Amino acid sequence: MDILLQQIINGLVQGAIYAMVALGYTMVYGIMGLINFAHGEVVMIGTLVAITVITLLVGAGVPPAMAGACGVVAAAAVCMIIGWSLERVAYRPLRNAQRLAPLITAIGCSIVLQNVAMMVWGRNYMTFPPLIAKTQFEIAGASFTSVQVLILLVASVSMGGLLFLVYRTKLGMAMRATAQNPAVAGLMGVNANRVISSAFVVGSALGAVAGVMVGTYYEIAHYQMGFMLGLKAFTAAVLGGIGNLAGAMAGGLLLGLIEALGAGYIGDLTGGFLGSHYQDIFAFAVLIVVLMFRPSGLFGEKTGDRA
Amino acid sequence: MSASHGQKGSPVNASSKEPLLIVEGLRVAYGGIQAVRGITFHIDAGETVALIGANGAGKTSTLRALSRMLDAAGGSVRYLGKDISRLPPHRLVREGIALVPEGRGVFPRLTIAENLAMGAFTRDDKPKIARDIEHVFGLFPRLKEREKQLAGTLSGGEQQMLAIGRALMSRPKLLLLDEPSMGLAPIMVQKIFEVIRTVAAEGMTILLIEQNAKLALETSRRGYVLESGEITLTDEAEKLLHNPKVREAYLGE
Repeated sequence: MDILLQQIINGLVQGAIYAMVALGYTMVYGIMGLINFAHGEVVMIGTLVAITVITLLVGAGVPPAMAGACGVVAAAAVCMIIGWSLERVAYRPLRNAQRLAPLITAIGCSIVLQNVAMMVWGRNYMTFPPLIAKTQFEIAGASFTSVQVLILLVASVSMGGLLFLVYRTKLGMAMRATAQNPAVAGLMGVNANRVISSAFVVGSALGAVAGVMVGTYYEIAHYQMGFMLGLKAFTAAVLGGIGNLAGAMAGGLLLGLIEALGAGYIGDLTGGFLGSHYQDIFAFAVLIVVLMFRPSGLFGEKTGDRA
Repeated sequence: MSASHGQKGSPVNASSKEPLLIVEGLRVAYGGIQAVRGITFHIDAGETVALIGANGAGKTSTLRALSRMLDAAGGSVRYLGKDISRLPPHRLVREGIALVPEGRGVFPRLTIAENLAMGAFTRDDKPKIARDIEHVFGLFPRLKEREKQLAGTLSGGEQQMLAIGRALMSRPKLLLLDEPSMGLAPIMVQKIFEVIRTVAAEGMTILLIEQNAKLALETSRRGYVLESGEITLTDEAEKLLHNPKVREAYLGE
């Protein structure tokens, strides 16, 4: 019982991080049908920028919590610029190209960003400085830390903010309209380029926050960390129904839970043959199963309602 | 584009006399195929003009070029004395041109209220927008009943009402209607055209593109007949309705 609760807590925290990254994939896909495979690298750069800023500030005597906040802001600013530039430089010229071209470009961007990060931050693992005192709590035999609580809190606030933006503001309405019918949204006076740029910028900001969460949670970062994280977040987005915001959130949480529970019980299930380090197979097993049996995902939109 | 801009140098007549929209030598091509072969027409402020023709005559291509959803292959489009043939599409509505696209083009997963708000996207005057929404609901009471419903759940006729209402929300000076009767039940067509006449009576300038020639001509002051991408006939709508050629080709008599 206690292992179940423990894995649920761990899964939710990991899932919240997946959800934050998955939103970046799903927003861009929802508006322009592009899978921005470089998004995982944007998250990685967010983590590394945060490390640099926080380490500098803490070294200068700034309190860690304050340094952490500055780190998040700096990471978000850098990631927003990178996200905006990716769209402007790499994807916009290919807007009317065949589908394969932007996909390959995305992979190319991903490699470029990784290599730039390697040149700036080096190839060694970096330690993410602690931002808050790590207190341990216990409930019904399961333990969780203040860091986990903070991650869930920040994720909730960020996602709430995103929902507000998309469902309660004029920019959000323009985003939804453009996703549904770009030509007609243009007739209404919506500048599609501006909407697409906003999707990249907002998604990258969420990715930066997620990057700081990953760093704080695992206390370690590396220039190649974006690849697996991006792939799993993409899986989460597909699981929820790519293009759908609620789907990305639910898909992220669900994938986190599946992984954590899988890792918790895989030893028992296979009689000790496979250990918890095999947890990655769950994410991709999920991806395969979803693609086989429900390619539109859990919240996937039916195509019938397009007028 | 090889548009001719000879217009600019020509002497300007008294601006009150100049038509709201002047289309000259407009050509539209898809690949090598010419859909519109250099058509010329104009619309005066306050009048309703019908552009009729069979399926494939080039009506929708003309409208798509006017509304900048595609680039013209040649010719000029002057609106309020200004060449608009190269404006990006999202700028047109700011100039006062609103299009009700073929097939309605409502946003299926936005509510009726949100669809109407999208129509007012370029406006910031909230109290006036609210008043205009009420005006649209006055024209189409059915929409008010379904205000919070997703537009995708509406019937075709209701979607057409919404598309017209949405276009009115930008307070246009020129309203372009692309096949408003298409795919609708006869009773719904009557309702839609009643509203079009009401809007026209309020002083709106309308370009009406229709396959239903009788209805279009009955609603308009003047008409143009488009055949294989060329305007073959133009006259007052009343006279076109009684023109033997039009009666034979488009009124099924």
